Amino acid sequence: MSVLKVTGLTKNFGGLSAVSNVNMEIEQGELIGLIGPNGAGKTTLFNLLTGVYEPSEGTIELNVDGIMTSIGSKKPYVISKLGVSRTFQNIRLFKELTVLDNVRIAMHQSVKTSVLSSILRLPSFYQEEAELEKRARELLKTVNLEEHADDLAKNLPYGKQRRLEIARALATDPKVLFLDEPAAGMNPQETSELTQLIHEIKEKVHLTIILIEHDMSLVMSICERIYVLDYGRCIAKGTPDQIKTNKRVIEAYLGEDASC
Amino acid sequence: MKYWLKRNTLLWAGLIALTYLLLHILIALGIINNVYQTVLMTIGINIILAVSLNLIIGVTGQFSLGHAGFMVIGAYSCGVILKHVTAGLAGVFVGIAIGILISAAVALIVAIPTLRLKGDYLAIATLGFGEIIRIVILNMEITNGAAGLILPKAVSWQMIFWAVVICTVIIVNFGTSAHGRACISVREDEIAAEAMGINTTQYKILAFVIGAMIASVAGALYAGAFYVIKPDMFTYSKSIDILVLVVFGGMGSITGSFISSVLVSILNTALQQFSSIRMIVYGLALVAIMVFRPSGLLGRKEFTFSGLMKKLDQKKGAAS
Repeated sequence: MSVLKVTGLTKNFGGLSAVSNVNMEIEQGELIGLIGPNGAGKTTLFNLLTGVYEPSEGTIELNVDGIMTSIGSKKPYVISKLGVSRTFQNIRLFKELTVLDNVRIAMHQSVKTSVLSSILRLPSFYQEEAELEKRARELLKTVNLEEHADDLAKNLPYGKQRRLEIARALATDPKVLFLDEPAAGMNPQETSELTQLIHEIKEKVHLTIILIEHDMSLVMSICERIYVLDYGRCIAKGTPDQIKTNKRVIEAYLGEDASC
Repeated sequence: MKYWLKRNTLLWAGLIALTYLLLHILIALGIINNVYQTVLMTIGINIILAVSLNLIIGVTGQFSLGHAGFMVIGAYSCGVILKHVTAGLAGVFVGIAIGILISAAVALIVAIPTLRLKGDYLAIATLGFGEIIRIVILNMEITNGAAGLILPKAVSWQMIFWAVVICTVIIVNFGTSAHGRACISVREDEIAAEAMGINTTQYKILAFVIGAMIASVAGALYAGAFYVIKPDMFTYSKSIDILVLVVFGGMGSITGSFISSVLVSILNTALQQFSSIRMIVYGLALVAIMVFRPSGLLGRKEFTFSGLMKKLDQKKGAAS
């Protein structure tokens, strides 16, 4: 049974169709790549899938406890609670907060202590805080940031900020994780570390990952299947090898003449 | 960890008790005379106002200019009770309770439509609501309209002292809990907060309502302490006075709000003798602060005992 199913998804901004009639079906545990030239609508598609935008047409269904549930018009925080998490293309960390707090905030949906018992500092408050901190530190360990726990997020080097975004996304305990250009601006060393990290977290928590990336060596090496977008349309899908030789993909990237 | 938390609580309790004792001694010795006692009460009320607005502006990042509106609700709730129902301490407590309930309800009504707005728009909308509340009170019979209410004194400085302690503890405890962190995440990046599963609207409303409730406590204490309340004491310029306290101390810093409330209240009193140049000096002081410390006196720093210990240790380490 698929974990995410997108049917006829369309988003219009005025006269512009940023995403038009996209269909996707993603199985549990897959690692999917989403590629396409600049302005193809990849990030818009992510924003639709995570509730930032409401679709103009089409449906998005998520597998929630075995039932396909429509999430097309739900708010982002509801979608997050249902098990969808994401990172952002232009890093959106809570910059003035510590690395630990960034992760703890993302664990918010597991918080059970009420506002009143937080204010009264009942024992349950201390218990939960200790537990949250323990879990957050464990998560930071998986992304190798544990020694930075008390640093401010804005003081981390760029590559580590990207890793912290992934840790924060994982803290919401997702089933489906969207990574928007996780390797953007990274040097080859950092990119290879990131590739390894993505593999690790996928194995560890049996996660479904969908990533947008322009670094083709990364996409081709780790993605099991690839969707290609151009001008908002899905022009191709298939395994990396199929995509590499697909005529329409080459056309979209290099222009018509290049294919002959 | 637990050991630290408990020691921290003890240290704070000690500091509060010491301050209380010191104030008592200074008053008994006559060093703090009646005039200074009034200043002391003003400081206390300003602290409550600044700290409560800081929760809305500094912690949650929602720019509200209607805080005097909630203060006036508290002031008149307490004033009407003291005047028409029962004077004395009982009246103050009933007044505070009623003020809290009314301002919570009003804050909820104000928050739901306006907190969809951002930045300047929110500021203007809340400013408007603050004025509406004041004008409603101006036109009611029970509040005696523009003439206001003349009240018996029912609030002592001790009562204000403990109110400051309780209100601050509520806000600090809220601000350092998971719910407080959720509010901070709204300030830092609303889109990211929402994507991480935080119901940002709910937390904006929550912070706004808690802030409004505490502002009404300050209003109620004001009514009980200063004999006269009139609607024109609570115009939007009062809201701006409170905003100045928050910005001056540092948005998001509760310690900053304390320091700025003390300094600004003292400055205001000291300048009262030179009423012609008072606003000029006051204005210059604010400009100077904004030039030299654009993020306020403390920025977002807080005073904590664990931080103090760390600093002392570092100094010791440097000396040896």
